[in-house]
Parts: sequence; C-alpha cells; structure tokens
Amino acid sequence: MQPYHAPLRDMRFVLYELLGADRQLSALPGWEEVTADLIDPILDEAAKFCREVLFPLNRSGDEEGCRFENGVVRTPKGFKAAYDLFRQGGWTGLMAAGADGGQELPRLLGQMVSEMICSANLAFGIYPGLSQGAYAALAVHGDEALKRAYLPKLASGDWTGTMCLTEPQCGTDLGLIRTRAQPQEDGSARITGTKIFISAGEHDLADNILHLVLARLPDAPKGIKGISLFLVPKFVPGPDGRPGRPNGVACSAIEHKMGINASATCVIHFDDATGYLVGEPNKGMRAMFRMMNEARLAVGIQGLGLAEAAYQGAVAYARERQQGRALGKPSRPDLPADPILVHPDVRRMLLTIRAKTEGARALAAWVALEMDKAARGGDRARREETEDLAALLTPIIKASFTDMGFEAANLGVQVMGGHGYIREHGMEQLVRDARITLLYEGTNGVQALDLIGRKLTAHGGRFLRRFFHPLDAYLAAKAGDPALAEFVQPLAKAFGRLQQASAAIALQGLKNPSDAAAGAADYLRLFGLVAMGFQWARMAETALAALAEGQGGEADFYQAKLATARFFMARLLPECGALLATVAEGGKTLADFPDRAF
Amino acid sequence: MKVLVAVKRVVDYNVKIRVKSDNTGVETANVKMSMNPFDEIGVEEAVRLKEAGKATEIVAVSMGPQACQETIRTALAMGADRGILVLTDAELQPLAVAKILKVLCDKEQPGLVILGKQAIDDDCNQTGQMLAALLDWPQATFASKLELGVSDARVTREIDGGLETITVTLPAVLTTDLRLNEPRYASLPNIMKAKKKPIDTVDPASLGVDVAPRLSTLKVNEPAKRQAGVKVATVADLVAKLKTEAKVI
Ligand SMILES: Cc1cc2nc3c(=O)[nH]c(=O)nc-3n(C[C@H](O)[C@H](O)[C@H](O)COP(=O)(O)OP(=O)(O)OC[C@H]3O[C@@H](n4cnc5c(N)ncnc54)[C@H](O)[C@@H]3O)c2cc1C
Repeated sequence: MQPYHAPLRDMRFVLYELLGADRQLSALPGWEEVTADLIDPILDEAAKFCREVLFPLNRSGDEEGCRFENGVVRTPKGFKAAYDLFRQGGWTGLMAAGADGGQELPRLLGQMVSEMICSANLAFGIYPGLSQGAYAALAVHGDEALKRAYLPKLASGDWTGTMCLTEPQCGTDLGLIRTRAQPQEDGSARITGTKIFISAGEHDLADNILHLVLARLPDAPKGIKGISLFLVPKFVPGPDGRPGRPNGVACSAIEHKMGINASATCVIHFDDATGYLVGEPNKGMRAMFRMMNEARLAVGIQGLGLAEAAYQGAVAYARERQQGRALGKPSRPDLPADPILVHPDVRRMLLTIRAKTEGARALAAWVALEMDKAARGGDRARREETEDLAALLTPIIKASFTDMGFEAANLGVQVMGGHGYIREHGMEQLVRDARITLLYEGTNGVQALDLIGRKLTAHGGRFLRRFFHPLDAYLAAKAGDPALAEFVQPLAKAFGRLQQASAAIALQGLKNPSDAAAGAADYLRLFGLVAMGFQWARMAETALAALAEGQGGEADFYQAKLATARFFMARLLPECGALLATVAEGGKTLADFPDRAF
Repeated sequence: MKVLVAVKRVVDYNVKIRVKSDNTGVETANVKMSMNPFDEIGVEEAVRLKEAGKATEIVAVSMGPQACQETIRTALAMGADRGILVLTDAELQPLAVAKILKVLCDKEQPGLVILGKQAIDDDCNQTGQMLAALLDWPQATFASKLELGVSDARVTREIDGGLETITVTLPAVLTTDLRLNEPRYASLPNIMKAKKKPIDTVDPASLGVDVAPRLSTLKVNEPAKRQAGVKVATVADLVAKLKTEAKVI
C-alpha cells in the first residue's frame, strides 16, 4: 500500500474553518498559546512521525506479530525503537497535566494525533492508548500518593498502563468478576486472580507496567456493586521511585488472533500481588467507567483512523488499476482500458468511505472541542451540558465509527478486487485489524444497549435534548436559506425519523424492554447517521461560504466538500428510513422464534 | 561560537511535482511545503554542535514570503535559538541569497555558516559556494562528517571518486550532504517552546541588497514520460537489443 499521508488539509478545515477551534481554544485560560501557529506544527510533526516511523512498521509488525518466550513478550522488530522515539518526542504526555510533566494540550489536538497514529499503525497505538486511559482514571480517582508516584511515569511514557477487566467467565457482564483483593495492614491489598485478553499486559517497550485491575474485596456485595479498582504495578517502585521488586504478576500466554498482531493480548495471573485501591471500596466501576469512556472514544477514533487509511489505499489503487471502459465515453482512450475510478460502483464505494470518514472526523472534533471548553471554562451548568452530550455520544462514536472503519476496510478490499485479498497490498490487514474495534471496550451491541438503556432514559431524556436542541435550532435557523436547502431538507427529514425512532424506543422500553433492545443497534446506526449529517450540513455551509468569499486557489477542495456533502445527503442518509422501520417493528419477530429452532 | 544556518522553504519531498499549465514554473499553490531536507541536516548538525558544547548560539535564516516563518519555526523546534526572516515576494536566485547571507554574516559574525548543498526545488548547488566567495571565507562543500576545532574544522567531503578530508580555518562555509547526519524529529515540548523564540523580520532593501534576478526562466516542462518497456525472452535477446536498439554496449 502507498504510504499514509495524514489528511492535514481536512483536519485544518475542521479545526479552523468549521469549528473556529483556534479562536475558541485560545480564549480559554491556560490555552492562550493554542493558536494555528502552534497547532499546525504539532499536526505536521505528528504526521511526519506517523508516516516515517509508525507506518513502515505496520505490515512488518503484522507479519511478525508478538512472541512469547519464557514469560516475556517480545514486540515485533522496530517497535521498541519507535516507542522510544515516540516517548522521547513527548507524545505520550500530550494531554497530561503540566505538573506531571505533560504538555496539557487540548483533547481536540490529542484526538487528531490519535487518528493519525491509528491510520498509520493501530497495533502500535494501543500501547500508549491504554496508558492514556490509565492516566485519566488515576488522575481523577487516585489518592495524592498514587498520583505523585505514578502519573508522571505514565505521562512520560516510561511506564505503560493496562486495563484488566476480562476473565475467562466474565466478558460483558463484569458482575461475574472473581479476582480477589485481600486488604493488608499497611493499607495496600493482595490481589489474586486470572485476567485474560489484556492488551499491553506484558511487553518489552517500557520499564514497568501498571495494571488497573477490577477485583472484589472480602464481603463485597454480589455482582457489579461489589467491585473495586486497584493499581497493581508489575514491579513495585522502591523508595527511590524506580521499578523495584517484581510483584506477583505473571504473563502465561499471549493470544493468536485475527488482527492487531503486533499488540500483545495477554493472559495475566495475579498471585498475591501488591495492589493499591483507586477510589472507594466497591465503587470500582465508577472509576473504571472514567477509563472506559475515555477508551470508548479512543476506540471510536481507531475506527476513524482505519477508515481514512482504507480510503487512501483504495483511491490510490483505483486511479492506477485499468480495467474495462467507462459506460459512455472512455476516459483514457490512449490506454487499453480506463482506470477503475470511472466505474459507478467503484465511485460509490470510495465516496461511501469518504463521506463517512469526513463526517465522523467533524463529529468527533465537535465533541472534543465541547469537552475542552467545558474543562477549561464555563460554569457548572455548562459543564453539565457538555458531560451530558459526551455521555450521549460516546456509545454512538464508539459503535458507529468502528462499524464504519470495518465497513471502509471491507470496501477497500472490494475496490481492489482480488488484489485487496492479498497480504502484500496491506488492505486485508486493515479488515483484520478493524474487526477487534467492534468488540473490545464493550461490544457494539452493548454500546447500543447503553445508548437506549442508560443514555436515553437519563434524567427524563435530558441527554437527548443536549443533541436535539442544537440540531433543532440549526434546522430552524437555516430553513429559509435556499442555498442550503439541498442539505438542510434531507437532514430535517432524517432528524424527524430519529425523533420518531426515539419515541418508539422510549415507548417500547416502558412496555416491553426487549422490544427496545431488539432495535437498539439500528437505532444507534440511525443516530450516528443523523449526527454525521448535522456535521455535513455545517461543512457544506462552511464550504459555500469559503467559495463565496472567493477562496479561488482552493476551489477544488471546497467543491469536493460540497460534492461529498451531496453524496452523503442523497445516498447515505436515506438509510434512516429503513432503520426507523426496523426500530418501529420492535422485537416480535426475534422473540417469536423458538430457541430450539435455532 | 555562533552558527548561522540557512533554511529554505520548498515543496515537500513527498509531493508529486506538477508544472503550471502556462509552463512558467512549478505549481506551489496549496501544495504542502517543508524545510529543504539538506537544510534539515544543517540544522541538525548545528544542534549537535550546541549539544556538544561547541556552539553557543544557532541562528536560522530563511528568505521569501511570510510563510517562511513556519520553516524557521521548524528549525527553532529542532533546537535553533532564534530566527531571521528576510521578507520578500521576489524570486530569489542563488546569487541574491548569497548576497543577503553575506550581509547577515557581516552583522552576526558567525564562526560557521551551514547551508544545504542544494535545495530540492531548483537543485542549483551554488549558494554556499557563492557565499564563500563573497565573504572570502574557506568553503567545505558536500560535507558528510564535521569535526569542529577551536580555530579550524576537519571536514570529510563526498566527491565523485569517494571521500576527501580537508581542514578549513574558521570562519567557514559548510554545505551538507545526505550522510552528514539523520535529522531528529522535533519533540512536542520543543515545538511549544519554539513558538516563544524570537524571529526578526528584515527585508532585502533594508539590508542594501538588490535581489533582482540575473537569469530569466524561459519555460518549464515536465520531463518526457517514460516509455513502456518490452519483455525479452532470453539473455541473448537482451544483449542484442542493448547493442542494436539502445546502443549502450
Ligand atoms: C484483542 C483483544 C483485546 C482485548 N483487550 C482487553 C483489555 O485490554 N482489557 C480487558 O479487560 N479486556 C480486553 N478484551 C476483552 C473484550 O473487552 C471482551 O472480549 C469484550 O468485552 C466482550 O466480552 P466477551 O468476549 O466475553 O463476549 P461476551 O460477553 O461473551 O459476548 C458475546 C456476545 O453476546 C453479546 N452480549 C453479551 N451480553 C449481552 C447483553 N447483556 N445483551 C446483549 N448482548 C449481549 C455480545 O454483544 C456479544 O455479541 C480484549 C479482547 C480482545 C479480543
């Protein structure tokens, strides 16, 4: 596959033109310096690093995979050196607090850098990605001593983090956790149990690994209300703060899997390992959810990164590959055949990837900017509004973006025909790598249940209003604008369907929750399309304004934006009609089917 | 010792170059621009000198439109201390650049000036040599190794037949070749610090330099398209074709 080039122009379009993020961010306390002349060089350097260091290791890392030898995990060739460069470059501390040695930059920027990393080399990105989640959980829920001892190490990337939830008998249903914690006199605890599928659980990239482990204290209530969170270092730091004696933590195997082969997925045994409580006893889920929400957004961005990578590979191929003739007039009569880019079906596939990818990028950026604004400014009410919006959109971003990433990779293979199926072209790796993103951090099915079960019902529908109101206001404000009609009208229609579907789900939830659950995935998909559609209308508006201002030199760019917006409205958004029909049907056809007939 | 490094803003080496439709030059509008790779090597060498305690200050100079400031910032993020932007929209040819650098050297009095051996846009490979002549300083071009002493420098040069090692007295002009070093990636903290480092802006007129082009470009064309190849059945066929058609043996 051709080398990955970060979509810097599109990122700048979203940042500066669509959102005015430079203006908004630099108006916030502590971020006065975060203007375009700082954002641009950061994105440029990240793009260069991803292209030159991470991308070249993507396929070799996949081919070689991680190796497990005598309790030690070896990452593929080049990963350690790349991680060292990444760490020394300060990228692990991009969002970390200044007091911990971080750069304290906005989430919006961190998210764009993450997208690039995931496009270039998803398996690599998982290692620092988990550290970031661990940092977030510890920063909010850890006590002062823990924070002082561990946060700077996570920020510098000297040590990495994990999240240890899954056990053989316990996947989605965390109430089934068996790992035990025995409190000690010195305030620590002894952790015993087996965790499986632990990403970055063991590796050779860093000097120490900090496991955030869900476990049960003695006499804890049964189920999910009896779970506590512990920090368990692989090496217990000595008085000097350096990795000291080995803790009772051992890796016994790594999984052989479909994709992300360069990311170590480990079986980790805790045997009387010293751990420290994070947050309150039996309130581990609260702290873990902080980490999981971070991680869910991050996994959504993985989907986005993969979709972008698939698009770039597919477009490059479609320009070069010559097969058949355009229906009508040949585009390259000088060649024996036209490039496959001329075929409507190929264009459909490419535009589907592109329209979703750019819509997703804008949506994620909008949410991140709102979160940044709430974190640095505004009053409590404002913060609450943003938290609501983020809570609502987190399962949507996680599930619809990862669905998109997988769909994009699949379409990428389809564009390339049989050559897409061949390893050396790199596209089939994207399919395999993308597949996990629909599963971990809560399967996409579980995201849909979170959306309808928790997010829709919260505070009498308050979360929902945080999205519906701005969209409603936008549609009302633009209803009379003829230049925008071709974008606003289909969006209004799709929004109507989302409102109907929301009402249907709410009603089903009251009458028969399994009816609501039956349509949850379709509802989430419908929601995702409308949320992207909202961004597309705004992007079209931005592009029209730029063209009207006579951004002549870049007319091609803005025209392509408009054309993509039209494609999204005309060819992707209509799916909302079918999704509404499915949601409205409820779950009868599912429930009526006898178990024994399966 | 002060080191002055020249950094040129050029079309990024990853970009596929397109000739303007009116054949007056190369398309640069909305094209990704970056620092000339040979200049990156120059900045890296200067930063290493500073890290080794042999240089005290690094001044990065770029010439051209306002956007050249970004190129200077890149140098500052790699470790240069301050920048000078010579602001002009005029077309700058090697002689004009050398004259401007000469004036800046007179003012700044560096012990060493580092330039790329050439810029990847026009591939002139002239500026360093012209500057040395204007200053009447020794030159060490195509450097692949530099050992800096107090009053002189030992430089290994890449020449057609292999490597040549020379000693030049300081101050001197050095131009970099590819193997001199491998430039670092700017770290995030240093990118942030770069924003606060000073950049002076001057223009050619205030330096008393006439930058009017001495050469005029008649026409810029794409190189001839590569012809499709043919498959030969045997080595004998190949040899025959090389003799009779390609006439290379
Ligand atoms: C490569 C890889 C890396 C991983 N990394 C980590 C890690 O770092 N840390 C960690 O703790 N875990 C990790 N996991 C585990 C991952 O998070 C779980 O696999 C995932 O949460 C699903 O659990 P499960 O596999 O047991 O599936 P199950 O829970 O058994 O689910 C099977 C199916 O049933 C559905 N289902 C389950 N419950 C419900 C329900 N209540 N309603 C509707 N449908 C339901 C699911 O959606 C799914 O389709 C990783 C897994 C893999 C494969």
